[in-house]
Amino acid sequence: MSKGILYDATKCIGCKQCEQACATENGLPYDDKIAAQEVTSAHKYTAVLTKDDKFMRKLCMNCGDPACASVCPVGAMKKTALGPVTYDKSKCMGCRYCMAACPFSVPKYEWEKAIPGVRKCIMCSTRVAEGKQTACAEICPTGATKFGDRDALLDEAKKRIHDNPDTYLHHIFGENEVGGTSVMLLSSIGFNNFGFRNDLTDRALPMYTYQVLSRIPDFIPLFGTMLGGIYWITHRRQDVAEAEAQEREEREFKGGAR
Amino acid sequence: MTIPRMRFTFWKAVFAVIMVAGVYCTFIRFFRGLGASTNLSDQFPWGLWIGFDVMCGVMLAAGGFTLTAAVEIFNIKRFHSIVRPTILTAFLGYLLVCAALMYDLGLPWNIWHPLIMRNPHSVMFEVAYCVMLYTTVLALEFSPIVLEHFHLHRALKIVRSVMVVFVILGVLLSTLHQSSLGTLYLIMPNKLHPFWYSPLLPVFFFLSAISVGLAMTIFESSMSSKYFGREIELPILRDLGRVLVVVLALYGILKFEDLYHRHVLGLVFVSGYEQRFFLLEIFLSVLIPLGMLLVPKIRENAQGLYLAAVLCLLGFVTNRLNVAITGVESAMGGRYTPKWTEVVITAMFVALGFAIFGFAAKYLPIFPEEKAHAPAMRKPETVMSDFAVPVHAGD
Repeated sequence: MSKGILYDATKCIGCKQCEQACATENGLPYDDKIAAQEVTSAHKYTAVLTKDDKFMRKLCMNCGDPACASVCPVGAMKKTALGPVTYDKSKCMGCRYCMAACPFSVPKYEWEKAIPGVRKCIMCSTRVAEGKQTACAEICPTGATKFGDRDALLDEAKKRIHDNPDTYLHHIFGENEVGGTSVMLLSSIGFNNFGFRNDLTDRALPMYTYQVLSRIPDFIPLFGTMLGGIYWITHRRQDVAEAEAQEREEREFKGGAR
Repeated sequence: MTIPRMRFTFWKAVFAVIMVAGVYCTFIRFFRGLGASTNLSDQFPWGLWIGFDVMCGVMLAAGGFTLTAAVEIFNIKRFHSIVRPTILTAFLGYLLVCAALMYDLGLPWNIWHPLIMRNPHSVMFEVAYCVMLYTTVLALEFSPIVLEHFHLHRALKIVRSVMVVFVILGVLLSTLHQSSLGTLYLIMPNKLHPFWYSPLLPVFFFLSAISVGLAMTIFESSMSSKYFGREIELPILRDLGRVLVVVLALYGILKFEDLYHRHVLGLVFVSGYEQRFFLLEIFLSVLIPLGMLLVPKIRENAQGLYLAAVLCLLGFVTNRLNVAITGVESAMGGRYTPKWTEVVITAMFVALGFAIFGFAAKYLPIFPEEKAHAPAMRKPETVMSDFAVPVHAGD
């Protein structure tokens, strides 16, 4: 069963314990200065964003069909069956196509390092594989961040909106965005207030490139035959013989001249 | 003759300065990392090195497959004498692209990973394979030139007997990866500006590669006649000019139809950041060269052809930079300007390209049908073209 995270901004009190737990889990530094940064970076995988008295969490959406995993030429990014989208630095060659392709601009780079890697939330893949919750969900004192089966969380999100139609924006961010994501967000105000895009397609992004790429195996024998055929038609036997005789002459002329 | 000699010395000095600066920037890049050597950021993971060195580099090397296809497959014999310089340009271009990629990759020593770690769903994987195979094919297509130079007739005969296979393979691989550089951006429907994001991106990249292949051939033939004292093959270049008219017209019409059907034609008339760069690109790449080449007086004239070709090249370079940089700036909420170190590295590769071309043209039989000619008259020169000069200072 694929796991997921449901973040309900109406329950969030902005205590940022999820940030702290995330830093601890991933061996990242955390102090007041970093807590004040309301952006994710190579040393901060999740951030609690503030807009007036409203909150929102930014973390990797762990897409159902992630662009980053699809574009990675060496398969360093992987969508696991359990839900997390993981990264293997030992495979990575640093082309940064994942960063260019991500619709949420989640992957960050260690620009200052001579041996850099991509950094992002991997939905605590090790913990999840052990049957545990993600660090952020476990620490959350109000249940704003909830971990569980994605399908069950989606049903719950729908129920919450249905039961409290005035509290929530009637939009589960991540239900359909880019084909659906493992992380889903609920809010009382528009997600664009926190830098999320309103115009994201509901199609899984990898389909955009795959519908072209998948034609290539068929294209190669057709186009190859066409080129070979044109060659065959345009080069009659005597033409070839003629050209060779001419070349031989030429070569002898060159050889003699030296 | 004292004035040309001074010019030689001046451009030699420029070349030396670029190389010294390049070595220094190389040191910064590999010992202090991408952060210290570029203006790349989490917002702009791709910059000048991808936009110019790789995307434009591959595009500018398209003359190799365009001309080999015309001569070897379509058997258009009158283009035969200009095939070798285009193969040299292509081979050189791809080697430089590979070298430049080593600067841009964060972990360049892992560049071989796609060989064993395969992800056939990745456009980058496909491009990597095509570029790798095509560079090998180019080496084989280039090999007769070297074999001839060293009089290795048996090896030459073997290579020649299988050449047609490599030629077909080369055209096939080029068609695939030239278009795939456009396919790379298909996964960014919400990031790339609608001027450039189109389902037809691969087709545009392929058609523009052919245009550039033709324009680049006109450009380098004109250059060769200036600097290597070759007689300009004006009748051939005129024919290339005609073909360029047709390809540019196709490209232009398709571009118009694409914008129209995606309902963004109106945006062309709304003043804006992207609009200015788009108009610059369209005028330089298609409208002005097409307008020029449709005038018989300009098309038949060496200078006119040269100018149209140069504008076309600049236009399509602008196109690639627009796709790679301008088109994503708004979505990423910022502006990217390359750092001086990035510019120096790029300049170093351009300078190396010109210098090695000049070197190879001097020592290898690149112009096989060449007869002795009096040095051509020197004409006003562009800045870039003169990088080729230092190597020939000894002539």
